[in-house]
Amino acid sequence: MITLKNISKWYGRFQVLKDCTTQVEKGEVVVVCGPSGSGKSTLIKTVNGLEPVQKGKIFIGDTEITSNSTNLARLRSRVGMVFQHFELFPHLTILKNLTLAQIKVLGRSDDEAKEKALSLLERVGLSAHANKLPGQLSGGQQQRVAIARALCMDPVVMLFDEPTSALDPEMVNEVLDVMVELAYEGMTMMVVTHEMGFARKVANRVIFMDKGEIIEDTSKEQFFSDPQTDRAKDFLAKIIH
Amino acid sequence: MQLLEWIANIPTLINHHNELLLMGLWLTVKITFTAVVVGIIWGTVLALMRLSNIKLLNIFARGYVNLFRSIPLLLVLLWFYLALPQAIKYLFQLPPYADVRIASAMIAFALFEAAYYSEIIRAGINAVSKGQYHAAFALGMTKGQTMRLIILPQAFRAMIPLLLTQGIILFQDTSLVYVMSLIDLFGASVTQIGMAQGGTAKYSMIIFAAISYFVICFSASRLVNYLKKD
Ligand SMILES: Nc1ncnc2c1ncn2[C@@H]1O[C@H](COP(=O)(O)OP(=O)(O)OP(=O)(O)O)[C@@H](O)[C@H]1O
Ligand SMILES: [Mg+2]
Repeated sequence: MITLKNISKWYGRFQVLKDCTTQVEKGEVVVVCGPSGSGKSTLIKTVNGLEPVQKGKIFIGDTEITSNSTNLARLRSRVGMVFQHFELFPHLTILKNLTLAQIKVLGRSDDEAKEKALSLLERVGLSAHANKLPGQLSGGQQQRVAIARALCMDPVVMLFDEPTSALDPEMVNEVLDVMVELAYEGMTMMVVTHEMGFARKVANRVIFMDKGEIIEDTSKEQFFSDPQTDRAKDFLAKIIH
Repeated sequence: MQLLEWIANIPTLINHHNELLLMGLWLTVKITFTAVVVGIIWGTVLALMRLSNIKLLNIFARGYVNLFRSIPLLLVLLWFYLALPQAIKYLFQLPPYADVRIASAMIAFALFEAAYYSEIIRAGINAVSKGQYHAAFALGMTKGQTMRLIILPQAFRAMIPLLLTQGIILFQDTSLVYVMSLIDLFGASVTQIGMAQGGTAKYSMIIFAAISYFVICFSASRLVNYLKKD
């Protein structure tokens, strides 16, 4: 479903991504972790072309993201993305946040979009808040809205960039629960997170990054029981204790 | 106690000339309003040019803003007074005696203000976080849709107080249209009534004009403050 081939990216002379290669199969849940500044956010944002790369190729299905002839906007409409800081549109109600792109991008009718939005709000347990503004919701609620907003577009894959790290601890689970459910339903997911509980529960594979490199790309079982590199061992030791 | 006497004379003076004063006020309001509306629209276009990655537009907008911000408003007005009327008459094929001073003044103010508005708007656009662009793009929106539906509405909402404050400054600056021999609120009270009447009328009318501008601008800025708190 997602293929990254020898991706390299530089900010000026600083190389953020170094020859990263991996893939995510349909229905797979892949967790990306690693120390701060290792390039996880950058990597996941290259997948839907939010961050351009200087070298390498990226495919979603058969479509090459890195090709100039690809209609990026159209491709992105089917790749859901959830951000660390939610990024709901603060000037629009929750309902409008969910319907806007359906109408403007997918060309759905107002009624159709609204119906879809309400059913997804229901699913994340927030129907009662449809007419509020994002600022009136708690962090956990906002992030669930953000997930619902992405799902409204019927994505073929969902990307998450540290969806729970800006949340107060008591709100982490309400968001993780939604993600776990999504994983069980067979959604293809690439998730940057330090929530190892989530990884243990639903991940198929774990990618460990350090200094812009993918240094482990293994099954969850192997990653937790027998990490190959010292850096990954250190990281696990720190994060679990 | 001459001051009191001047003030005491004000009611009679304005009573005798209320029509002229209202016409002046109306002109001031008309010029301010068009300059604010056109200035904001053109200013937005300039701000977008400035932020676009098309080099030519970039250079144009930068040059435009720098030019208008480096020339005193009075000079711009004078220049427009001398050159623009001919151009307008030529463009619209109006007879030579047609009076296009008001149109010239409106255009001059709008073009001048746009330079200032564009800087305010550019700052407002830049204040919207990069994450908002990412969120919009990730949903499949184009650059144009993102700007129109997500970024500009947020930028404008945050900028309303600043834009209105700029409008208040403009309201005061419109008094400079006297160089185009137009009769606005200032021209009507000070020149047309005060100077023409002779005697101490000019002092009375200067005080009256000051009070009028103060009352209008002060109430408007209170309104802006009220909006800010919202
Ligand atoms: N626009 C930019 N210009 C220059 N350097 C950047 C830019 N964006 C990110 N970087 C740098 O690239 C590196 C990787 O950043 P990235 O955000 O991908 O890391 P991360 O693994 O997501 O970290 P975190 O866990 O803190 O979110 C960091 O060193 C960061 O400082
Ligand atoms: Mg990050």
